[in-house]
Amino acid sequence: MSGKPYRVIGTRPVRHDGADKVTGRAQFGADVRLPGMAYGYVLRSPYAHARIRRIDTSRAESYPGVLAVVTAADLPSGPDRLVDLVEGTLPLSYARTNVLARDKALYKGHAVAAVAADNPHVAEEAAGLIEVEYEPLPPVLDVLEAMREDAPRVLEDLRMRQLGELTDKAGNIGEHFRHVLGDVEKGFAEAEVIVEREFRTVMVHQGYLEPQSATALWNQDGRVYLWTTTQGAFSAREATAWILDLPVSQVRVTPMEVGGAFGGKIRVYLEPLAALLSRKCGRPVQITMPRRDVFEATGPTPGTYIRVKMGARADGRITAAQVWMAYETGAFPSGQCGFGAICILAPYDIPNVLIDGYDVVVNKPSTAPYRAPGATQAAFAAESVVDELAERLGMDPIEFRLKNAAREGTRRADGLKYQRIGCVEVLEAMRDHPHYGAPLEGPNRGRGVAMGYWFNIGWYSSCVISVNPDGTVNLVEGSVDLSGTRTTIAMQAAEVLGLRPEQVHPIVADTDSIGPTAVTGGSRTTYATGWAAWEAAHDVIRQMKQRAALLWEVDPEAVSFDGGVFRSGDRSMTFAELAERLEETGGPVVGRGAVNPSSAGGSFAGAIVDVEVDPETGKVTVLRFTSVQDAGTAIHPTAVEGQMQGGSAQGIGWALHEEYSWSPEGAMLNSSLLDYREPTALDVPPIETVIVEVPEPQHPFGVRGVGEANIVPPPAAIANAIYRAIGVRLRLLPMKPSAVLEAIWSKEV
Amino acid sequence: MTREKVRVQTTINEQPVEFLCEPRQSLLECLREILGLTGAKEGCNDGNCGACAVIMDGRVVNSCLVLGVEAEGRRITTIEGLARGAELHPVQRAFLEQGAVQCGFCTPGLILATKVLLDRHPDPSEPQIRRWLANHLCRCTGYDKIVRAVRQAAAELREVRA
Amino acid sequence: MKWFDYAAPRSLAEALDLLARNPRARPLAGGTDLLVQMRAGQLDPDLLVDVKHIPELNELDCDESGTLRVGAAVPCCRIYEDKRVRRYWPALAEVAEMIGGIPIQSRASLGGNLCNAAPSADSVPVLIALRACCRVAGPSGERRLAVEEFCTGPGKTVLGPGELLVGLEIPPPEPASGARYLRFTPRAEMDIAVAGAAAAVRLTDGLIAWARVALAAVAPTPLLVREAGDWLAGKAPTEENIRQAAEMAREAAMPITDMRGTAEQRRHLAGVLARRALEAAIARAREAQP
Repeated sequence: MSGKPYRVIGTRPVRHDGADKVTGRAQFGADVRLPGMAYGYVLRSPYAHARIRRIDTSRAESYPGVLAVVTAADLPSGPDRLVDLVEGTLPLSYARTNVLARDKALYKGHAVAAVAADNPHVAEEAAGLIEVEYEPLPPVLDVLEAMREDAPRVLEDLRMRQLGELTDKAGNIGEHFRHVLGDVEKGFAEAEVIVEREFRTVMVHQGYLEPQSATALWNQDGRVYLWTTTQGAFSAREATAWILDLPVSQVRVTPMEVGGAFGGKIRVYLEPLAALLSRKCGRPVQITMPRRDVFEATGPTPGTYIRVKMGARADGRITAAQVWMAYETGAFPSGQCGFGAICILAPYDIPNVLIDGYDVVVNKPSTAPYRAPGATQAAFAAESVVDELAERLGMDPIEFRLKNAAREGTRRADGLKYQRIGCVEVLEAMRDHPHYGAPLEGPNRGRGVAMGYWFNIGWYSSCVISVNPDGTVNLVEGSVDLSGTRTTIAMQAAEVLGLRPEQVHPIVADTDSIGPTAVTGGSRTTYATGWAAWEAAHDVIRQMKQRAALLWEVDPEAVSFDGGVFRSGDRSMTFAELAERLEETGGPVVGRGAVNPSSAGGSFAGAIVDVEVDPETGKVTVLRFTSVQDAGTAIHPTAVEGQMQGGSAQGIGWALHEEYSWSPEGAMLNSSLLDYREPTALDVPPIETVIVEVPEPQHPFGVRGVGEANIVPPPAAIANAIYRAIGVRLRLLPMKPSAVLEAIWSKEV
Repeated sequence: MTREKVRVQTTINEQPVEFLCEPRQSLLECLREILGLTGAKEGCNDGNCGACAVIMDGRVVNSCLVLGVEAEGRRITTIEGLARGAELHPVQRAFLEQGAVQCGFCTPGLILATKVLLDRHPDPSEPQIRRWLANHLCRCTGYDKIVRAVRQAAAELREVRA
Repeated sequence: MKWFDYAAPRSLAEALDLLARNPRARPLAGGTDLLVQMRAGQLDPDLLVDVKHIPELNELDCDESGTLRVGAAVPCCRIYEDKRVRRYWPALAEVAEMIGGIPIQSRASLGGNLCNAAPSADSVPVLIALRACCRVAGPSGERRLAVEEFCTGPGKTVLGPGELLVGLEIPPPEPASGARYLRFTPRAEMDIAVAGAAAAVRLTDGLIAWARVALAAVAPTPLLVREAGDWLAGKAPTEENIRQAAEMAREAAMPITDMRGTAEQRRHLAGVLARRALEAAIARAREAQP
């Protein structure tokens, strides 16, 4: 696949956890069964914004079968401090408050109390007996409304961070930041064509199929044992420990198999609740969220208002771009607007840029990352404007992008200079793909394209490799496996060690059993943990060379290792042969790797979409879809294709069907999988994939994380396709049938 | 109301099974909490995701919408009953070989639904496959490799049965 | 869920007796609506009477007059797999294939769909168009009524205390007749209809002998638009006449705005779907001509 002489990298072995996944043996969060386990149920606020005057749990506590009830009074409330919980820095009090509301309910679904009982139905019935006295307050539900001076305050103690400095300005704006390159006024003055448009996107959910579930045992030895569905065992450990005011080492997290996460399972919701209930009743407690709570009380992605203005010369060069973007981050601040700002113009080399971004709190669930967080909304806006600009200039949409493409050395809006990137290569692959030139006949049909980017992160990972006497190895790592990374990591070790993938036994370990490892997110896992495995594998070889040297009575420097064979002079031994002799040469060989790359090369992705619109009903059918992405080096091409297809399908759902529908009081109206419309097998066409490989300069194998950038282009590509199909541009997500009809009707008026 | 549990006698994975349950416990709950068969998953508890699907009397059903007491006298197959000893069923193998499994949460329901599809329609077209599986949501794969897996299994089963 | 008791009577008499003695009992057929509503707290019966073991509610047969008798508990999958239904009542088979997905269709019944009485019930418009009637049993014996009289409001039916829907009876198809139900959903499947329209017609000597048009999801109950059907009787099946009849259907619609659609959109769709359903029914009637 990659043209390099790899034995293992680029092949498609069956994943190590495959048999367990197809036989039902794989253990997910809610599959945990412990002796004496009780079940928890969480009571949640029916109001989007309300003071909590009084909570009376007595009737619940005396209900037959109830073992324990907890409220915010059971959470520690020590002095506040800033904590870094993966998604950014925020006050610990915010993290605690989100777990259990103290004085105010900040969104409908905000947890207020939790009950443990022998029987989950009994726990639910008992929760209904808890009396909560609410004083409803006017909710803030729109991002622009929330920014007004006179808007009701969601968080009384929130102070705006303005251009990097914390001010004492109260209100709902968590942060205003700005990026400047060059001089946009000058840039627009040079432009011969200018397009300025406003866009809106509505909150959507990651939509993972498995609800959150956590099982906790507050043991008599003072330690809290957690089994949970999480993207990060270590981050869950930290968050739970801090929220409960425990030393981090007193918490052990065993990560279970995860039924989809996409960024939504980093934050802890149930872990502290289950732990508190377990402490009170002395038994393990399992809490699994019902689907309604997953929608109403976890972390969907921000809705946005984005204004983009771009100008270009007649020769097609973009001279200036200005963006004003406001993201509603739910009840607590998040950094997603910042991520959107990094990505919004990322595919382009634009000399003059001004971006103003606002992070705004509203009375909705606290938002969390969703696969390239913040970037999809941003690309919807920018890629639509780029498409319009290209049309006004009479240029082909891909040629226009190529003319302005970001390359090595281009400055991103936030100032970072790109190292080697694959933006041009992705565009060329799109242009040259048969899909792009294929005839598209028939009325109301159109083709659209768009680009996307995710910067990818590095961060810390640990890995330990032990050699077995039969020449296989055990590989212990701490990256939760969401989609097959235990295999892509094992493959990288196998490549170094001259082994077959099935000769490497990967284990995803708990927090007591491996060194700290950052979350599985940010497209970092195959990259950074693979790198740690590469290091550990090289450490193994170094040690084994010493053992061979001992046996052959030569200097270790005289021993080489290639193609799975140790050699010195005319003597040789395979890895397996040497593995048999480790005991006699000094004992076990255990290799270690620990990495913390400060950055990772980003991944560009593109989409080509054909749609057909039924102008009488507004229904949009996706006829054909091609996803292109730069994987650096594709370790396991099937896994890479799977990421591209999954992200593309999510992008299609985001574009056409998915949305949070709100009542005027701030309640989600469609908190079920009936009315929160994720694509079914009938709603997406076959998704063709093209893997482009522009190796990442730092990584030993040139890997670029591919988990995220692929979700970014589809909504804009579909909007551009709809325009070509029926001559109407939609600037609101989702482009559901009623929106398309409205757009058609207002065009006809 | 009597508040009495009900005794249910049924057949699961070709074995006679007996259990005691509350009428309000779904078949899904009974499988997972009483019988230790956790392969069927709860994704939504209202019939919209297919993660709980099992085969009952030859048909795919959402076990979240079947009561445990309704299993009386029925023949039920769960994902745990598909493999023969140490050998995977061709549908299971096809899902692995085609990369149709990412997180694996939707996989048991999908595999069982595929088995019933291929029992009834040994040579399904792509639209037929997608329509048959429409009740089974998958958030990870975009369905592409799932369809390929179904086709691979169909081809293999046709050969075996020929 | 709250606690409830469960009974599985083996005869109609036993079932009626249980329902009569337990005013807070509800019949359980497929359960695909009932259990969902119970979990959401919208219903809390004390007793579920499982009707799936009662012979009359399980029958799927044609009697001597050629009338199709569908027991109230017969699941959709049996309906669309039945060769007679596919041949003589294809619109009914299609509707049975539309409700939910495969696992839902293994359990959900047309009888249950009717008793659930959702304004958007997919099976009801076509039953109305096909002139189906309901067979109801209760403390005062049996009665029959036209399907269009059965639903009285969202979630409400004419069933009185202790009454049970036993089955549906669909008349044999007339020569040169055809029917079709079309609905609009945002996704391809697995959605509640935003709007739906069923049409049935018979052609005689190239003219429409009679027509019936019924709508879903645009009124508190499934809606028979008598005026549209009556107007078409005796007219030629031209594009213009179809359009006019569809316009009457559109005007008869009285939809609400909710999260699934606005009133304006629904009214518009009712017209579009009525037109398309009539076209399809007429095409089918032409094909059926000897």
